[in-house]
Amino acid sequence: MDAKIHLAQLEPTLGNLDANLELHLDAVDGACGEGADIVLFPELSLSGYFLKDQTAEVALSLDAAPLARLRERSREVSIGVGFVERERDGRRFNSYAFLEDGETLHVHRKVHLVTYGMFEESRDLGPGERFGVIESRHGRLGVLICEDAWHLTGGWLYFLDGVDALVVPSCSPARGVSSDGEGLGSSRKWSALLGAQAILFQSWVLYVNRVGCEDGVTFAGESRVIDAFGDEVARLEGLDRGSLSVTLDSRATERARLKTPLRRDEKAWIVRRELERLEEAHR
Amino acid sequence: MNGAGLDIQVELVEALLLRFLRREAGKFGFSRAIVGLSGGVDSAVTAALAARAFGPREVLAVNMPYRTSDPSSAVDAAAVAGALGVNARTVDISAMADGYFSEHEIEDRGRRGNVMARCRMIVLYDLSAEWGGLVIGTSNKTELLLGYSTQFGDSASALNPLGDLYKHQIYQLARHLELPDEVIDKAPSADLFEGQTDEAELGFTYEEADRLLFLLVDERHDALELAERGFDPKLVEGVVHRIIGSQYKRLPPVVAKISDRTVNQDFRYLRSWGH
Repeated sequence: MDAKIHLAQLEPTLGNLDANLELHLDAVDGACGEGADIVLFPELSLSGYFLKDQTAEVALSLDAAPLARLRERSREVSIGVGFVERERDGRRFNSYAFLEDGETLHVHRKVHLVTYGMFEESRDLGPGERFGVIESRHGRLGVLICEDAWHLTGGWLYFLDGVDALVVPSCSPARGVSSDGEGLGSSRKWSALLGAQAILFQSWVLYVNRVGCEDGVTFAGESRVIDAFGDEVARLEGLDRGSLSVTLDSRATERARLKTPLRRDEKAWIVRRELERLEEAHR
Repeated sequence: MNGAGLDIQVELVEALLLRFLRREAGKFGFSRAIVGLSGGVDSAVTAALAARAFGPREVLAVNMPYRTSDPSSAVDAAAVAGALGVNARTVDISAMADGYFSEHEIEDRGRRGNVMARCRMIVLYDLSAEWGGLVIGTSNKTELLLGYSTQFGDSASALNPLGDLYKHQIYQLARHLELPDEVIDKAPSADLFEGQTDEAELGFTYEEADRLLFLLVDERHDALELAERGFDPKLVEGVVHRIIGSQYKRLPPVVAKISDRTVNQDFRYLRSWGH
């Protein structure tokens, strides 16, 4: 995958679709000005995060105006955008649309909704059930929305499906300030996690997190790019709005896969057999 | 004191809290703050954070003595305000509180203390309208969990930057923010009656309480694990009792559910709604 990626670390306003669309359009302008191939926004970038009862009010069908506006702009640059998706049957999803050449190329619905501690996504949203690859003109991409990256399932399936990059849009809160470590505890966990995904699945990892505050919760930003060796190649420091542009070079990924041929040596068929055995054992 | 996992990265916490104050006030159109400055360490840290977040000239620090308040409290409050360069004002609440006390012959120390705390809340919220700034709260996590505050009194505020920091961590921040030594070194007191200190009234030290609360609340240890770590089971029981007994102070009033959609039960919106 050879492409110039633009990560847009936005600060959306909770539930204000119009204001947030303007932020997206400005960022698209910025990405186009830099000659980017793909601009990626954080999780729920059009709506904000702690929506609770606003979830239904800001849910969008794929033909809704804000997505149509962005779809139009995707003739200039491919766009990954987060929103609450409304299905015709009334279900709502934490979704991420990939727009390219004026089309909706793919929509990933967050599979691992987060419902513990400070989070209550399952109360308002339904889970996705698929990890489908985006076949972009720039490469093969797999989306893991925030908590999706805390499970190996999605990344592993994308790995089997031959993706070049894992896109990880997030609304990760800043927490953990103990002097036992350096920087945010939450940020260190993400580094370990994203690095592991990159090493295990030998893909680029494109992590785009939001900033700003919603009722006392500060979102941690620190969007970053990790290569197929698991090394961080770029990061936005601090908790401010901003953008990060990185040119991905396919030769780096090829070298990683040549040195350590994990895909060649993967034995995915064992999983099917073992799952059947476990299912039988627990019946 | 050994932090036992409680020690924080002060620069990082300061950065988070300044951003919190600016963003949460800013989304409602406020760029000014008002803080009740008692002369104690919590309100000094709050005022210092507000001064850094909004600029000293945008902060109004109000000292609100009652006639029995320790005079050294006002001196310390003035020293803090002077060091920070914030606007300082003194509002004596004696006439206000005494008007009620004398008419209704209120002698009970607890009741009198609560009335004073609520008089101060009335002053702050009134001056908030005059000053055009949000009331910034000073309650720390230790105090919130133990319920060691007056409901609708000192616990009332629009934004609370210290509510997720234990007393030990407040002291760390106070040193980092270079607050006057006399404010950091003196025994914490609500100063509601003569000779009152927090630790004497609570029956244990903040050091003990912080270590215990951290393990209990943040690390989710159970009573058995705490006993294994050497905590006196009576102290653990007493603290747990306080936490449970003061839950009402940490929540909005209970609304009787009658309809299909009830405020704070199934009518769920953040304050940041649309902001």
